[in-house]
Amino acid sequence: MISQREIMGMPITVEIIGDTLTQKDIENIFAYFDHVDKVFSTYKQGSEISKINRTEITPEQYSEEMKEVLELSEETKQQTNGFFNIQKLDGTLDPSGLVKGWAIYKAALELKNKGFQNFYVEAGGDVQAEGLNKDGQRWLVGIRNPFMADEIVKVIECSGNGIATSGTYERGQHIYNPFNPLQKITDIVSLTVIGPNVYEADRFATACFAMGKAGINFLEKQPNLEGYMIDTSGVATMTSGFLKHTKL
Amino acid sequence: MKKYIISLVVVFLFASYVFYLRHGDDDIKVVPPANFQTTTSATSSNSAATSGTESASGNQGTTAQTGQYKDGAYTGPVTDAFYGNMQVKVTISGGKITDIAFVQFPNDRHESVQINNEALPYLKQEVIAAQNASVQIISGATQSSTAFKESLTSALAMAK
Repeated sequence: MISQREIMGMPITVEIIGDTLTQKDIENIFAYFDHVDKVFSTYKQGSEISKINRTEITPEQYSEEMKEVLELSEETKQQTNGFFNIQKLDGTLDPSGLVKGWAIYKAALELKNKGFQNFYVEAGGDVQAEGLNKDGQRWLVGIRNPFMADEIVKVIECSGNGIATSGTYERGQHIYNPFNPLQKITDIVSLTVIGPNVYEADRFATACFAMGKAGINFLEKQPNLEGYMIDTSGVATMTSGFLKHTKL
Repeated sequence: MKKYIISLVVVFLFASYVFYLRHGDDDIKVVPPANFQTTTSATSSNSAATSGTESASGNQGTTAQTGQYKDGAYTGPVTDAFYGNMQVKVTISGGKITDIAFVQFPNDRHESVQINNEALPYLKQEVIAAQNASVQIISGATQSSTAFKESLTSALAMAK
C-alpha cells in the first residue's frame, strides 16, 4: 500500500508490502514526521529549535531528541572537516541538513520493529528502503535529471540501505560553503549519496554538496558511501563503487 | 637593456590580460534581458552562440534521426539567474544531448568555468542521459536553477 502526505513542506511517501498492515501503522509514520516538524522546523515560531534560537530555553531544558540531533550535528561537523555546520551566519541553528534523513531512518526503524520487512519511507527525495518491492525485486530509485524534472538519469537498486540527493536548491534553502558563505555553489547541481542508511546518506549529501566538486573525492575516501555528482555542464562523476548499486 | 625589454613585455602582457578580462565582464553587463521567446543570441561578440546556431542549421535534414532531438548545436536565450545572466548551448548528437556548455555564466568568467569543469583524474565520468525505466522512488534536487532550465528548455525546443 502506498500512502503520501505533505509534511515539512515536502511530499512524504510510504509504501509497505504486508498483509498485517493497518491504517494505524501508516498514520503513526505521518504523525511522527508531523512531530519532528513541530520540534525542528525553523519556519515554525513555536518549535523547540525556534525557541532555542530566541534563547527562550536553556540547554538543560532541551528535549532528548533535540540533544541527540545537536550531538549528531556536532559529530558530523567534525567528520566533514567543518563543511557540515548547522550554525548559520546570524548565529542561529538550523539542523535541517540532517534532520530529514534522521527522521526517515527512525520511521523506518519503527516499521522494522513492528515486523515489516518490505517497505520504503521517502521524504523529499531521500529514501530508506528495506526488503523487496511487490514484484519481489529490490526497490528501484531513479536519480532525477537536475535539468529536466521529468527525466531520470540513473537507476539505483536499493534494499537495506539509504539514498539521498542534495541539489542547488533544496526545500528553498540554499546549501552554502560555511567557509565561504557568500560564494554560491555554482559548479555542481546535484549530488546523490548511497549510504548504509538514509541518515548517513543525507548528512553526507548535504556536507559534500557544500564542498563543491571536491565532495565526490571526499565520498570516494569513505568506505561505506558512494556518490553520483552532476555538474553544471551535465557531466556526472561517480565514486568507484557506485555502479555496483545501479541497474544496467 | 635586455632586462627592461623583458620587464616591459611582462607588464604589457599583464595589462592586456587585465584589459581582456574586464572587457569580458563588460560584455556580460551590456547583455539586454532577452525575452524568453526570442532565440537570438544576445551579444554580437558572442562567437560561441553564433557558430552554434550556424552549425544547427547546417546539420538539419542531413542526419539520421535516432532520438528525440535533431542533431546540431542550439543556443538558448539569455535568462536571468538572479545573480547574473545565464545562457546555455546544447549539442545534440545521434538524437541525444552530448554536451551542455555555458555561453554565459553568472559570477564566473568563461576561463574559471572551464577550469572547474576539468575532469577529476581517477573517477569515472559520463554525460548524463535519460533512462527509460520504471522506478518506485525518485531521488533528486527538488528545485534546480530555474534560469538554467529555462535556457536549456528553449535550446532543446529549437532542436525538436
